[in-house]
Amino acid sequence: MLRYTINRVLLMIPTLIGVAVLVFFLLRVVPGDIVEIKLRGDGGSVTQETIDMERKRLGLDRPLATQFGDWMVGMATLDFGNSMWTERPVVTEIAGRLELSFQVAIMATLVAVLLAIPMGTMAALFRDSWIDYTVRILTIGGLSIPSFWFGMLIMLTLLSLFNWLPPITFTPIYVDPVANLTQLIWPALAVGYRYCAVVARMIRSSLLEVMNEDYVRTARAKGVYERLVISRHALRNALLPAITVIGLEFTFLIGGLVVTEQVFNLNGIGQLFVQSVSRNDFTLIQGMVMLIAAFYVFVNLAIDLLYAVFDPRIRYNA
Amino acid sequence: MKITRRTALQGTAGALALGLGGFNFDFTRATAQAPAVKRGGNLNFAISAEAPHYDPHASDTYATLHLAAPFYSTLLRFNLSKFPALEGDLAQSWTVTPDLMSYTFKLHPNVKFADGTAFTSADVKATYDRLRDPPQGVVSTRKATFGDIGSIETPDPLTVIFKMKAVNAAMLEHFASPWNVIYAAKDLAENPALPRTKINGTGPFVFVEHVKGSHVAGKKNETYFKKGFPYLDGFKGIFTLQAAAMLNAVQGGQVLGEFRGISPAERDRLVQTMGDKIRIEESSWTLNLLVCFNVDKKPFDDVRVRKALLMAIDRWGGSQGLSKISTLRSVGGVVRPGSPYATPEAELVKLPGFAKDIKKSREEARKLLKEAGHENLSFVLWNRNLAMPYTPAGIFLVDQWRQIGVTVEHKQSDTGAYLATMNAGNHDVAIDFSNLFMDDTSLGLAKYLSVTRSPENRSRSKDEALDKLYDDHMRERDPEKRKAIVRAFEKRLFEQAYQQPLLWWHRIVPTHKTLMGWGMSPSHNLGQQLEGVWINA
Repeated sequence: MLRYTINRVLLMIPTLIGVAVLVFFLLRVVPGDIVEIKLRGDGGSVTQETIDMERKRLGLDRPLATQFGDWMVGMATLDFGNSMWTERPVVTEIAGRLELSFQVAIMATLVAVLLAIPMGTMAALFRDSWIDYTVRILTIGGLSIPSFWFGMLIMLTLLSLFNWLPPITFTPIYVDPVANLTQLIWPALAVGYRYCAVVARMIRSSLLEVMNEDYVRTARAKGVYERLVISRHALRNALLPAITVIGLEFTFLIGGLVVTEQVFNLNGIGQLFVQSVSRNDFTLIQGMVMLIAAFYVFVNLAIDLLYAVFDPRIRYNA
Repeated sequence: MKITRRTALQGTAGALALGLGGFNFDFTRATAQAPAVKRGGNLNFAISAEAPHYDPHASDTYATLHLAAPFYSTLLRFNLSKFPALEGDLAQSWTVTPDLMSYTFKLHPNVKFADGTAFTSADVKATYDRLRDPPQGVVSTRKATFGDIGSIETPDPLTVIFKMKAVNAAMLEHFASPWNVIYAAKDLAENPALPRTKINGTGPFVFVEHVKGSHVAGKKNETYFKKGFPYLDGFKGIFTLQAAAMLNAVQGGQVLGEFRGISPAERDRLVQTMGDKIRIEESSWTLNLLVCFNVDKKPFDDVRVRKALLMAIDRWGGSQGLSKISTLRSVGGVVRPGSPYATPEAELVKLPGFAKDIKKSREEARKLLKEAGHENLSFVLWNRNLAMPYTPAGIFLVDQWRQIGVTVEHKQSDTGAYLATMNAGNHDVAIDFSNLFMDDTSLGLAKYLSVTRSPENRSRSKDEALDKLYDDHMRERDPEKRKAIVRAFEKRLFEQAYQQPLLWWHRIVPTHKTLMGWGMSPSHNLGQQLEGVWINA
């Protein structure tokens, strides 16, 4: 198991290097220049000399290979450089938003998991009953309604019914838990609903499949209580594909909530990503892509290790 | 004879004050009995973009001013209630020699920077030296504007004299530019690039924090040199990058206003949902969209083709339709309609592209295309992918040109790719834009100079006649003669049809009725010091 883990960790290095090469060179193919956007994007009358000076100051006049080499050396020492837009360290820019995005992702995951497991299980156990139909209607709704639109409905409902909106600026949970939760519960619900629908449907179909397996029949034949058959034998195995979905969805939420963040005016990673792309802020985009790629790789590793925990066959093979 | 503050104003801005045409504000607020000022409270307002840094000298986006202006002062500033008249900010009084070659400013005494440093004429000199000749590693986007300054003298701590190398008839207006905030000489000596990352000004508010992506906060400057100001205890400028989020915030009372401007549809939503709680102020705007032909590309090197395309556009009809769905409204030439140098409608309609009889104009346009051998012309129209007002403008143009048999492919792209395409000269025709902070033509006409002098001329035209007219008008001190040169410039530009304003923008600013003392103007870059703002709650 230890060797398996070490192998997987070592495999992460070439994966991340591959991502770095791809993102660096693909970005340079995209038309546009951050200096132009910065100095002329609002119609400024700026001389070409000033534009050239700024490009030089940002190091954009150097050969691509030099820029790439510097970036790779910096990354090896965990120095991701400075944002070309704000000129603050990339790590500072990302860290300022990561707390919020991470919290929304965790809260949405909690909402999704806490609702999806009982919903999916009940729907499978009472297949074709009114419970199953209710869960199916709710989950189809969750899949078909875009999170941002649901978020807009939440905001407009709060506004028209209570003439109230959640706080507009972020307060960390350790500073003021009430203000923090009052702001973030709504996006977590908006996103968690869709997330819950995906997971609940996965659990339902997976559980229905598992309930017909030989080992479940054997457990019943041995006279094991139905509750234990479901929780120890059926649900444990049915959760394996759901864990994959939960992991991937969680990683997606870190940087993928662009529109939802805009609807709730959240200062998260998704908004930062879009802004940096529209400004051609290469260093910040590179830093964020590397962060999200690293997240994906780590979460995948964690999922694989969890598989080993849930499924002894994987543990023994490893 | 010296020109006094009063005569200087009469001679330049004051002489231009032929009326405040196109500039409307909430008359109910102005004429109703003004309530007594209430001190204290914190103002939350929305800023719909976030500035990359704090240095207005290196910036051209309003986002920098809406963030930084409350912390700083300028030498002069525009008096918004008498726009475009000027008033002193750090300057207590000023005199200008009759030949416009020397400007002397007497400064307010007992002014302090936020860090406690005393303000003197040395700070003004250091600031303007940085603006006109930025040291290595410093960007000054207005370097060319101050290229006419020969030297800056500081005979005593409260006097500063600017000696000019050449006459610039609009120099006083440039001293009032909101971008030219005064920095502390000691900060610039320590690190000329410091203002990019650190705020230390003499303005009505003191910097508290800037949480990136969230908000900027300031508190009252207790040592502000204008006694009794500011009224507020503090403010928070909250970044609301999405229009829906900003409107919700205004409607929900989380912010009391957004000072850049909103669209007519957004205005209507706020009025409908908030009723008499919202105040809407409107004005023509110092912004326009331009139809711009790349003269380096065939067939746009042919003046007949360019002129035909301009003549096919029904601006008068278009302004009625577009003004209902977008921020575009006023028909005008190279100067903002309603402003002192603007061409009157009776003269404007005689210029190519402004005829009211659109049927006749389009017939003539077809004839010109036929003469040029391009009856079945087709091309790509480059546009920016901002919904307001670029998209409706693009769709409008495609339809206008379709009516003379021209086929147009409308391509919209991100700001980066859009600017890169135009700057590289890869466009056929583009919708360009012009963003000004005042009406003075020294600023507005620069965009149309030969591309060798003006890189932001995306038509890439080279026209010595236009360049000469511009230089002549810059040195002309008589406002009437200057106006005549501007008209000649405009006529030449439109006859050659390199580029032409499509329509001018219309500014609509929503504020809660409880917000008092904020001044509307034709520019979203002005009036953001917030010193006279208070909350009537």
